[in-house]
Amino acid sequence: MNAEATKKQKKMKIERDHGLHLLRQMLRIRRLEEKSAELYSATKIRGFLHLYIGEEAVAVGVMEALTPEDAVVATYREHGHALARGMSAGAILAEMYGKQEGCCRGRGGSMHLFDDKTRFYGGNAIVGGGLPIAVGLALADKMQKKDRVTCCFFGDGAVAEGEFHESINLAALWQLPVLFVCENNLYAMGTALELSESVTDLTRKAAGYDVAARAVDGMNVLEVEAAAKKASAGVRSGAGPYFLECRTYRFRAHSMFDPELYRTKDEVEEWKSRDPIPNFIDRLKKQGLLTDADLEQLEREAAMEIGEAVAFAEACTCEPVEDLTRFVYSERRKV
Amino acid sequence: MNGGTGNMRRASYREAVREAIREAMFKDERVFLMGEDVGRYGGCFAVSKGLLEEFGPERIRDTPLCESAFVGTGIGAALGGMRPIVEIMTVNFSLLAADQILNNAATYLHMSGGLFNVPLVIRMATGGGKQLAAQHSHSLEGWYAHIPGLKVLTPATLEDARGMLWTALEDPDPVLIFENNTLYNMEGELPPDAGPVEIDKAKLRRQGRDLTIITYGASLFKALEAAGDLAKEGIEVEVIDLRTLRPLDDETFLTSIAKTHRALIVDEGWRSGGISAEISARIMESAFYELDAPVERLCTVEVPLPYAKHLEEAALPQVDKIVPIARKMVQING
Repeated sequence: MNAEATKKQKKMKIERDHGLHLLRQMLRIRRLEEKSAELYSATKIRGFLHLYIGEEAVAVGVMEALTPEDAVVATYREHGHALARGMSAGAILAEMYGKQEGCCRGRGGSMHLFDDKTRFYGGNAIVGGGLPIAVGLALADKMQKKDRVTCCFFGDGAVAEGEFHESINLAALWQLPVLFVCENNLYAMGTALELSESVTDLTRKAAGYDVAARAVDGMNVLEVEAAAKKASAGVRSGAGPYFLECRTYRFRAHSMFDPELYRTKDEVEEWKSRDPIPNFIDRLKKQGLLTDADLEQLEREAAMEIGEAVAFAEACTCEPVEDLTRFVYSERRKV
Repeated sequence: MNGGTGNMRRASYREAVREAIREAMFKDERVFLMGEDVGRYGGCFAVSKGLLEEFGPERIRDTPLCESAFVGTGIGAALGGMRPIVEIMTVNFSLLAADQILNNAATYLHMSGGLFNVPLVIRMATGGGKQLAAQHSHSLEGWYAHIPGLKVLTPATLEDARGMLWTALEDPDPVLIFENNTLYNMEGELPPDAGPVEIDKAKLRRQGRDLTIITYGASLFKALEAAGDLAKEGIEVEVIDLRTLRPLDDETFLTSIAKTHRALIVDEGWRSGGISAEISARIMESAFYELDAPVERLCTVEVPLPYAKHLEEAALPQVDKIVPIARKMVQING
């Protein structure tokens, strides 16, 4: 960490309860993801599985800036977002198990988590495909004069898609309340940013659409949170969309089918030294906000929650095959 | 024309669609129209002319040229509680939004286990016949009819142009409405109280006993004209207007075939893998023993539609192609 960043961190005051809350959220995600990987190896979970390990500070920090009435549109690497948004680990794991008690009755799986209660609109697995949806949700809010924000997560890979450019242009043109959160983990699957983009400073793309933009250290939950809060306040007040780039890194492979030929072990290790969780733990401890006993308790709680979620998923049932064609069309005849 | 049917009034297909949009805008404040040049330009086929002045730019929204974004925005707005009507200039352009239509609009409800339905209506022009060549003239409605989760409407008559939109807007799921571009100038009579029509059923447009022609869209009028010509030869053709390609109303055409025992499908789409193939397969599955002759299909010749008038005419289904096929079919005695 450079001197300026250290100074900035020191300036950020933090309440103990809030610090523990942020840490708890990141730990819950980390433990859920580790368990998911284990369950995948045990063939309890199939299909594609994209783990969020290393990127937890982004979802956790950004969610702090949202109200329950806001909407979230996420990507296929969205277990962490779903959990941080308030979906239960049980509903998420049951979904990955393909069970009818899962959040989408087992129809979506890992890449397609949805939840109406928390306004969580996927789990979108076409890179860039969620951005227009977010613009539309924001348009609906603006037309209905609702002071809500739609928060749209996407990766650096999506920035190369036409849908990114079309969407950010439209959101800016119509001054829509969208918080665009780019999780820049430096790789579009296995293709490095500099092999994808002629301009690798992604905030410059947003600036080209006259959209306020900022890049933050996505490994620092406090920095993400502060930036997201400032951004969402502007978006909510009618200042138009905002582009928040969170510079982060995925510690695990892209999916479970990835031999990681495209990056070096040294690079991965270097980023791991910036792991958002241990670094935040150190910081809280240094500030006297966290004891070993606190940490043990947080770990125990997370382990218990994930353990219960696994037990729940194990006990869940399969949707009857007779229901296969339910919900191709609505069962209600009219809207 | 007001004589004879005093209550009827003259209207074009274009005006019928415009009236339908106006009605929807008045009835439901959640309804808005969005698309390229729908506002200041008045719509590329002049369908929405005057609506911007009447309803303002919040509800008649000109979009940039970004089919994927504005169709996806329509999906998001529908999820967010609005009732958008998205206009895409032509079906060929809809391919730029195919991701949103297929991967999002059609999948969300099922993929979310029933949580999120998408009450979106997308209107677009389709079809050849205006010498617009290979990037503005294709008929891909049958292709969209392949996709579970979508409903595909093909209004041919003035009543349907006027009436299908509201019913589509009331539908909780995504509905695509295909307006054949050769029909916009078609004029006819509309009753003064013309309003919503049901969208689930095909309609018998002409009664007959010798042969059933199954068709939709602009081909309906070619089929009716051919039926008129054939009647002069004593051949009585029944003409069915499918109206909706998904879900297909099998019952109506199967009932007709049980009477006529012969079926000819006229489709402006291509033959291979098209909706005509689907209809033919359903007839084989459900009415094989009713048939006195093999099912025949008249489709667009399998070429990208050319510009030159004589070539385009040669590629599309025409009355003078329907007549000899029908004549030949009734000569077969099963």
